[in-house]
Amino acid sequence: MMGKLLEIDNLSVQFHSPEGVARAVDGVSFDLTRGETLGLVGESGCGKTVTSLSILGLVPSPPGQVISDGILFEGRNLLDLNPEALRQVRGQEISMIFQEPMTSLNPVLPIGRQVAEPLLAHKGLSKSEAYEEAAAWLERAKIPAARERLNNYPHQLSGGMRQRVMIAMAMVCRPKLLIADEPTTALDVTIQAQILSLMVGLKEELGMALLLITHDLGVVAQMASRVVVMYAGEVVEEAGVMDVFDRPFHPYTQGLLKSMPRLVTRVRGRAHRLNEIMGTVPALTEMIQGCKFADRCPHVFQLCRKAHPGLFAIGDGQRARCWLRDYPQRRKVDV
Amino acid sequence: MSEIPLLAVHDLVKHFPLGGGLLSRPRAWVRAVDGVSFDVKRGESFGLVGESGCGKTTLGRLILRLIDPSGGRIEFDGRDFSRLNRAEMRSLRQRMQIIFQDPYSSLDPRMKVYATVTEPLRANQRISKAKRREAAAELLERVGLQAVDLDKYPHEFSGGQRQRIGIARALCVRPDLIVADEPVSALDVSIQAQVINLMEHLREDFELSYIFISHDLSVVEHICDRIAVMYLGAIFELAPTESFSVAPRHPYTRALLMAVPQPDPHRRVKPLSMEGDVPNPIDPPSGCTFHPRCQHAFDRCRAQRPPLVQVTSNHYVACCLNEGRGVEGGIE
Repeated sequence: MMGKLLEIDNLSVQFHSPEGVARAVDGVSFDLTRGETLGLVGESGCGKTVTSLSILGLVPSPPGQVISDGILFEGRNLLDLNPEALRQVRGQEISMIFQEPMTSLNPVLPIGRQVAEPLLAHKGLSKSEAYEEAAAWLERAKIPAARERLNNYPHQLSGGMRQRVMIAMAMVCRPKLLIADEPTTALDVTIQAQILSLMVGLKEELGMALLLITHDLGVVAQMASRVVVMYAGEVVEEAGVMDVFDRPFHPYTQGLLKSMPRLVTRVRGRAHRLNEIMGTVPALTEMIQGCKFADRCPHVFQLCRKAHPGLFAIGDGQRARCWLRDYPQRRKVDV
Repeated sequence: MSEIPLLAVHDLVKHFPLGGGLLSRPRAWVRAVDGVSFDVKRGESFGLVGESGCGKTTLGRLILRLIDPSGGRIEFDGRDFSRLNRAEMRSLRQRMQIIFQDPYSSLDPRMKVYATVTEPLRANQRISKAKRREAAAELLERVGLQAVDLDKYPHEFSGGQRQRIGIARALCVRPDLIVADEPVSALDVSIQAQVINLMEHLREDFELSYIFISHDLSVVEHICDRIAVMYLGAIFELAPTESFSVAPRHPYTRALLMAVPQPDPHRRVKPLSMEGDVPNPIDPPSGCTFHPRCQHAFDRCRAQRPPLVQVTSNHYVACCLNEGRGVEGGIE
């Protein structure tokens, strides 16, 4: 298994709540090669964030319960590490940036201190060395007048600037894997474009892998080389980025792509009607015997409600959790 | 008859004071909306796009008269708002409704759906309770919910369904104009498509006009007939959707369009370089407010603020380039 940086094997995360056991993540497996960008896509509540939090051991327990056959990072099972060893991995080998830069930065500490912190904690640099390095990283994150801003507090910066600080903070220890959870969702498009190109640049420079979690298929198309689509806690499709957009197999992936309004040069008159995926996502507490997408699927047939489909191989590197692989004649043509 | 636009906005201005109090003067003014003019025709869907802080939401609220303007004029159906007395204003208000962004905070959690949907009716018209209930049931069915939902509370619904309740509430008084402020931004893509399609349906059925406020160009392009792009309180470009997407003229519009990540991995576009943040609206740059971020900026841009001028029959742009005609040619 050369080149595998991260392997997640049969990961489940359950939350115990008064309404019952919520299976936020239900048997998820995927892996990441060195230097690759993997897009983890899905709508709210599909389990993409919880998956990423469990990699770093950040799922609050109780109420959360992580069950897995292994989360291997460079061959080491992260689930077996003691808290101190896991702390050494976090921030140093695997970093994470979050959606809302205001809530993930500490409002009462100057940004220079926050960016220098991983260096003080992991690399044993002296304070002045760490601050020097922090300033250099803030400059690389294209923060104007970075040195003068070391003593600024997060509230003095705009949203885009805060996300740049987060990126600098995640990068200072030159991690091998960056987990970015909706890194640009809270930002305006022009700022999003700046942040994405900054991330691409730094990723290439450091040769790190990127696990990009997002609901935005546009961002995935522009950034990822491989895509994992999640629905109701499960992986429903996995494929190279071209395959996902050119020949998606799972009806959910197809529906998602068709329901996106696209910037197209419209020729006269109304644009086409958007495709809807009827219904809503099932509650995570619901026990579903068959396919979890059955109730919303336009191609549904008997088997789908009876038996839970596996993640079947479709073609080169493409897998989909759908019975249509074995019963292609059941696929309706007109939807 | 149809000569008079449904809504006409002339040189509208809203400045918010910063600081100051009962005795002291404000320290500064935020120019949230700074001289905006446009009109909305009957049955038209008019899009207002821009990034956060560009004044699009303030403009929406000014139109609904939820806040008072500092200057300028709004005419609805040919009648000037500022000349109406309270009673007239009240009856005019029924013809304009709003749909909010956040379906979680815009519904009262302690009010049943029935009460929420008919609240505008109770405020405005003397109709019996039974009639109101009947009207609410019919509306819920029109927006894709059921009559049995009347006695439920908001927490029993998903985000998309809540947004449908918000839409039913807006339709309740049969308005002519609906201001929809980011109505689908909080929803997932598949649910977003449901709500967009519903809004398009309803526009035909109820002969509505929309002012559709959004930061999402793809959504606005999909639903709107004409689009206005705002930046720091002013309209930079106004055009029918077709010419807007084929040949945008303002450098800001072009950068905005190029910045939207396209769901096509075969066309990986390097976004047009536009450095920097939106400037502070308390102290906007001189001349054209976009000049510090504009790659075409030259002397005149720093010196004078270009007016919004007509370039072709229905395409307006506010830019100093090419004698006020903006950039020529299509984008990639």
